[in-house]
Amino acid sequence: MKNNNKKKIKIPKGSNILEGSRAVALTVANIEPDVVSAYPITPQTHIVEDLAKFKADGKASYEYVRAESEFAAASIVVGASATGVRTYSATSSQGLLLMTEVIFNMAGLRLPIVLTIANRGVSSPITIWNDHQDAMTVRDAGWLMFFAENHQEAVAQHLLAYKLAETLNIPAMVNIDGFILTHSYEPVIIPTKAQIKKYLPKYSPTKGSYLNPKEPMTMGSFARPAYYQEIRQSLQDDLSNSIDLIEKEYKKLQKTLGKDIATKDSSALIEYYGKKKAKTVIVAMGSVVGTIKEVVDENKEVAVLKLKVIRPFPYKQIIKNLKNAKKIIVIEKAISLGNVGPMASELKSALQGKTPAKIYSIIAGLGGRDITKKKINKIININSQDTNKAIFIS
Amino acid sequence: MTKNTKKQKPILGSGHRACAGCGQMIAAMAVASGMSRDIIIANATGCLEVTTTPYPETAWGVPWIHSLFENAAAVASGIRAALNTKGDKKTKVIAQGGDGGTFDIGFGLVSGMWERGENILYIAYDTEAYSNTGIQASGATPISASTTTTPAGSNSLGSSQVKKDMIAIALAHGLNYVAQSTAGYPSDITNKVKKAISHSGPAYIQILSPCIPGWKIKPDEGLSMGQLAVQTGLYPLLEYENGVLVNKSVLGKNKKPVKDYLEPQGRFAHLFKDKKGKEQIKEIQKLADKNIERYGL
Repeated sequence: MKNNNKKKIKIPKGSNILEGSRAVALTVANIEPDVVSAYPITPQTHIVEDLAKFKADGKASYEYVRAESEFAAASIVVGASATGVRTYSATSSQGLLLMTEVIFNMAGLRLPIVLTIANRGVSSPITIWNDHQDAMTVRDAGWLMFFAENHQEAVAQHLLAYKLAETLNIPAMVNIDGFILTHSYEPVIIPTKAQIKKYLPKYSPTKGSYLNPKEPMTMGSFARPAYYQEIRQSLQDDLSNSIDLIEKEYKKLQKTLGKDIATKDSSALIEYYGKKKAKTVIVAMGSVVGTIKEVVDENKEVAVLKLKVIRPFPYKQIIKNLKNAKKIIVIEKAISLGNVGPMASELKSALQGKTPAKIYSIIAGLGGRDITKKKINKIININSQDTNKAIFIS
Repeated sequence: MTKNTKKQKPILGSGHRACAGCGQMIAAMAVASGMSRDIIIANATGCLEVTTTPYPETAWGVPWIHSLFENAAAVASGIRAALNTKGDKKTKVIAQGGDGGTFDIGFGLVSGMWERGENILYIAYDTEAYSNTGIQASGATPISASTTTTPAGSNSLGSSQVKKDMIAIALAHGLNYVAQSTAGYPSDITNKVKKAISHSGPAYIQILSPCIPGWKIKPDEGLSMGQLAVQTGLYPLLEYENGVLVNKSVLGKNKKPVKDYLEPQGRFAHLFKDKKGKEQIKEIQKLADKNIERYGL
């Protein structure tokens, strides 16, 4: 979300000016899922409407199952994925909360389902605008979790999400900021079906790993105390150990589709922007990073560390980039009520004993409140002794 | 996941861990007898799931999935959609759940599945309470039954609500095949499953499944309770094709009073203790008589 008048914006060849939702829908259609299921409310985006229209116009061949709730939509993709086909759904806010029981179940069943979350605040009070409370609430569910800064990053992350989900048998969600990304227009390159096939081949799960009358198997067994913990631990091990694979796949994506499509960063997990070894480093995720980068351009003493993947938590990459900072400011659009921002907690845990820096938990942008450059400049100058308190910036 | 390595293992084999005399297991065995091998089953959480799939064992010889309590219907829809994309029209999809998963918590998802008109057979094993979790009342609990959440007491005659009419609700969705049976008639169950599978499109079979601890009956009384439920007219055998009642249990002279069905069951024992209870038995007799008139039994 760059809007720096001083710089000339370079628009890569092959770009179209597209709405964020449309960019995701076109990318998903070209990924060619077999079954799409969605429920349109609480609240939805144009993504599933676009996917329904592509199907109606004969441009797509997936089965589009209209569900009667997000809970049902999530359950429908469970059944389809368990039968060995590629699936897709999208939701946000209340819809994600309603899906939550299934979200945990999908990971436990090791189904490679991909969801787009158009991040929005949760009720009450009711809001339809952007923050990250929805996704943060399901961060313990056992999913790969991506956060996009802009449309192109969202496109690339969907390709990565499918590849990793189908390689690891772990579901993946791509988070894009509601309205700020889903309803805004940016230049973006949509990879073609042929380009995608070179990176992400047709999904073909191993025989005997899905529901098939020729090879009967039982899925979703009842696990007694003698087995339950080991099964949960194997999910934790596979998810935590996927960091290197994510980097490897990102490099492969860049090599196969080029950096204009796959994005230019050196890592799939994080992006560090600004002076090396800056004394003050802001940590953030999603579209607000675009605004923070403008502040960094104007203030050479400050850098920003963007988190692109939060599950698995890339603690090594975070430590490497933050160990020289004297002041670490985590700006979050979510809060663990009664404590601080969830990412601030996790950063403090990762950096324990690695840095004497103060780590601040800043809560801003809840329910769609704009985070302006002025506010970010105010945040940079925060100088409180109490770092165990969430600081709200209004 | 648990793989079945042995070839031609029975659809539902021995080795389950249900209670001795379990009515649901009698019904499930009869259902399995009516199935072909070209099926995929989506099962709700409940006794049938817990007793047949303790990891790493499984009693199922056909592909079987359990996701959650309330979503067997939607999972079945997803399986159907996936089979459609593979061009597989032969494989039949079956969803199974108890009365809690069907009448209560999964109700909206069952309705959504029926609304979509998909070729799925849904089987409800109706034990008339949440049997797996300690006999709490559900929407299927009949009036006056004492459960752990509708206990009989000095101020209570058990459940004050009448049973939800799921058969009527199924018919209102315009299903191709709707049937009711009881574990007292296993061959009736088997025949209905075969018939439901032969229909393409959505089908619903509801089976009264006596629960030994829930109904407080003896392990050898499951079958007879299933039969008495039919013979009193409280739970008739019914079969609808395209909305038309084509088969039913005819009672005639063999009609039994509801007292014969209620008395052996501990969940109705309080009705036999005082005058108030005896008055209530008369009300239950009226419900049976109403059924006899309604269906022409």
